[in-house]
Amino acid sequence: MTESLNVTVDRREGLAVVYTEGYINNQGGEEIARVAYKLLDEGYKVLLLNLAGTKIVNSIGISILIEIIEKMIEIGGRLGFCCLTPTIEKTFHIMGLAQYARIFPDEPAAVAGLQS
Amino acid sequence: MAGNVPWREVTLTLPMIPDMEIAASKTATAMAEFMKMTPDRIDEVRMAVVEACINAFEHSHSPDRKVYMKFEVLGETEPESLRITVRDTGVGFQPEDIAEPHIEDKLKAMRKRGWGLKIIRGLMDDVEIHSGTDGTTVVMSKAR
Repeated sequence: MTESLNVTVDRREGLAVVYTEGYINNQGGEEIARVAYKLLDEGYKVLLLNLAGTKIVNSIGISILIEIIEKMIEIGGRLGFCCLTPTIEKTFHIMGLAQYARIFPDEPAAVAGLQS
Repeated sequence: MAGNVPWREVTLTLPMIPDMEIAASKTATAMAEFMKMTPDRIDEVRMAVVEACINAFEHSHSPDRKVYMKFEVLGETEPESLRITVRDTGVGFQPEDIAEPHIEDKLKAMRKRGWGLKIIRGLMDDVEIHSGTDGTTVVMSKAR
């Protein structure tokens, strides 16, 4: 039994939206990081992680998201999250992620907020 | 605090193999649904169970490579609280020696992990940790 994560990307003008579907564990986190670093290599400095398709995460997966946040800070980029379940959002607040990555209720608000 | 009358009790022995924490979270969900916990609180229990399991998987070094779990719905006149016990037979640790993680430190650190206990404490109402050379037991509860 292995829970997998599917990641898809929508490249837009000045911003890329990364959609996840499934469990963000260590493998899932690694896959998000692989996609995020590829987008940075392509020149994107603003990333939005839309987690609408993710209902459960674990702290190992979130630790990999912290690596992405660190990288975004290094390059002067911006990372946002949207469409989190209440528990995932609460967990991000417990961990303090919200201090370094903005959390939005939905994708339109996130796109507007990250591009302003 | 809920009384100790068990309305329902389930025990589970998990092998320490990838994603077994999801099996545990499904049992927690079934128990919480039985006691009519709200969906958001069920989700919090589920996440805490995942964290407790992966802590045991990652850090216990249990010789039998198993986690022993008990799920109890407790209450005096109606189901009031879900108590979950997660036990391993590993090397144990001193909970007071575990520094609380902070994001500003983790952002600079090579090792960004170590959040499990903080998340469990943040999501559950009560958490007790008993640890020694014969293993670790985490007892965590959440009211309906």
